[in-house]
Amino acid sequence: MGKATREAYGEALREMGLENRDIVVLDADLSKSTKTSVFAKAFPDRHFNVGIAEQNLMGVAAGLASAGKIPFESTFAMFAAGRAFEQVRNSICYPKLNVTVAATHAGLTVGEDGASHQAIEDISLMRSIPNMTVVVPADAAETRQAVAWAANYNGPVYLRLGRMSVPDVFGEGYEFEMGKAVELADGSDVTIMATGIMVAPARHAAEELIAAGFSARVLNIHTIKPIDKAAIIKAAEDTGAIVTCEEHSIIGGLGSAVAEVLVENWPVPMERVGVLDTFGESGTPDALLEKYHLTTADIVQAAKRVISRKR
Amino acid sequence: MAEKLTAEKIAELEHRAKAVRRNIVSAVTEAKSGHPGGSLSAADIVTVLYFAEMKVDPSKPYDVDRDRFVLSKGHAAPVLYATLAERGFFPQSELMTLRKIDSRLQGHPSMKSLPGIDMSTGSLGQGLSAASGMALAARLDTRDYRVFALLGDGELEEGMVWEAAMFASHYKLDNLTAFVDFNGLQIDGPVAEVMSPLPIPEKWAAFGWHVIEIDGHDIGAIYDAIQTAKTIKGKPTMIVAHTIKGKGVCKMENVADWHGKAPTSEECILFLGELED
Repeated sequence: MGKATREAYGEALREMGLENRDIVVLDADLSKSTKTSVFAKAFPDRHFNVGIAEQNLMGVAAGLASAGKIPFESTFAMFAAGRAFEQVRNSICYPKLNVTVAATHAGLTVGEDGASHQAIEDISLMRSIPNMTVVVPADAAETRQAVAWAANYNGPVYLRLGRMSVPDVFGEGYEFEMGKAVELADGSDVTIMATGIMVAPARHAAEELIAAGFSARVLNIHTIKPIDKAAIIKAAEDTGAIVTCEEHSIIGGLGSAVAEVLVENWPVPMERVGVLDTFGESGTPDALLEKYHLTTADIVQAAKRVISRKR
Repeated sequence: MAEKLTAEKIAELEHRAKAVRRNIVSAVTEAKSGHPGGSLSAADIVTVLYFAEMKVDPSKPYDVDRDRFVLSKGHAAPVLYATLAERGFFPQSELMTLRKIDSRLQGHPSMKSLPGIDMSTGSLGQGLSAASGMALAARLDTRDYRVFALLGDGELEEGMVWEAAMFASHYKLDNLTAFVDFNGLQIDGPVAEVMSPLPIPEKWAAFGWHVIEIDGHDIGAIYDAIQTAKTIKGKPTMIVAHTIKGKGVCKMENVADWHGKAPTSEECILFLGELED
């Protein structure tokens, strides 16, 4: 098992903080959980706690960015994308300010805290805002790369991070390229497109499908917006069937983004693995993933269903 | 003791404020929509800022060392546009494009559209947070520019304002000076009746701000309050400016209905006559 993407985020921030003195970090009383505390320890003069006030968190970051600083700001995804949605839209995205909203504890795997803290709508909300870039790293290595990219990019970014430890998908030599899907396996019967913590199970699903006599392409879609249209269209063209996998509602997230590209360009049968328009609940992350059908077995079944729908 | 404005300077600023008011009335009339009442109530404050106080250069609107102004009550965009035009940031004729398609003068200020706008605003409650971020950036970069913000009294009903109030005080942002345009009226009526934010000075004091109360139409008092704010160390200053909504146009004064209504062209002629020097 590797580490949680939030852990990698804290470490990457500290590294970037050394390189660039303009980087400042803001948190809303969750720095030990979001791991901005790692940056705070190294650079106490450039870390600002705003207290339990997420709307102000967004506004202060906007002001800092307007004056040339490079703010990264963190809280849980529920409060960043949900509670402070309108501040993200009007104070950060409308003026296209250089702010990275690094939201942790996204999805069901928040676990025991339950539905009130499980953001399963954040990708949908964030990708609907003009000027916003949405990135969902799959593991620690990808998170480090995405943080480094965001520190050098000039504009609003939503970086979606998780609470629980996830397996390493990429080695240290991995190079993140914003907006470019990463092919993890090639195949001809179906393409499995996954984002975030669903990338590792997607890869396992492809391995299991081989045993069943099917070959699956696997794409890591780390950038939900702007989405890699070319890779999606090529996958539809080459494999004729698509499965999307995300720890997010099936409404408005990766599945919707992929469907939008397919219907306008190369319609093929498609299945979405995600949370089915329902709230989560308390439980261990693994119990939740199983109950809400976000496991390797669910992806395998979806792949078999979609292959059977091919004409 | 900071220097006072001379009688000549006060007369000049009053003359400027009248020009700003005329341009507010003309631009909103031409646009056929907009917010004249709260623009007129803030005209003297914004005029003093741009003509007597702020270090700004219309030829260098993005200068990193410039003073900043955040119009948190963004619906009063006409007063900001009229003042920026009067100050030479763009041609006065452009004021007649307010709210029209392809105009740089958006219904609410957009910093990406128009040089001279330091923050995009319009959704109430957000400006003081951005101004606090700017003030914090100045400290981090050891630059001596100052940040000014203007809030509405009705706007104080937004919870986010008080998040920013805590923040600016907690981080001792003494390079931040804010105003409340206390005209007493919001869209649905008197602020005291709709959802009272009163008492205003006491609230800001309780949040750790230095508070000064003035007549927001007294040019000398506005200037003096700003000079005092600059001497206050370790805390931000809130200048509670008692104003009259629609100030300068009899028919508009103290009438909530003029919050978001444009004059007809006949009314415009009448109002401009009132605002002649």
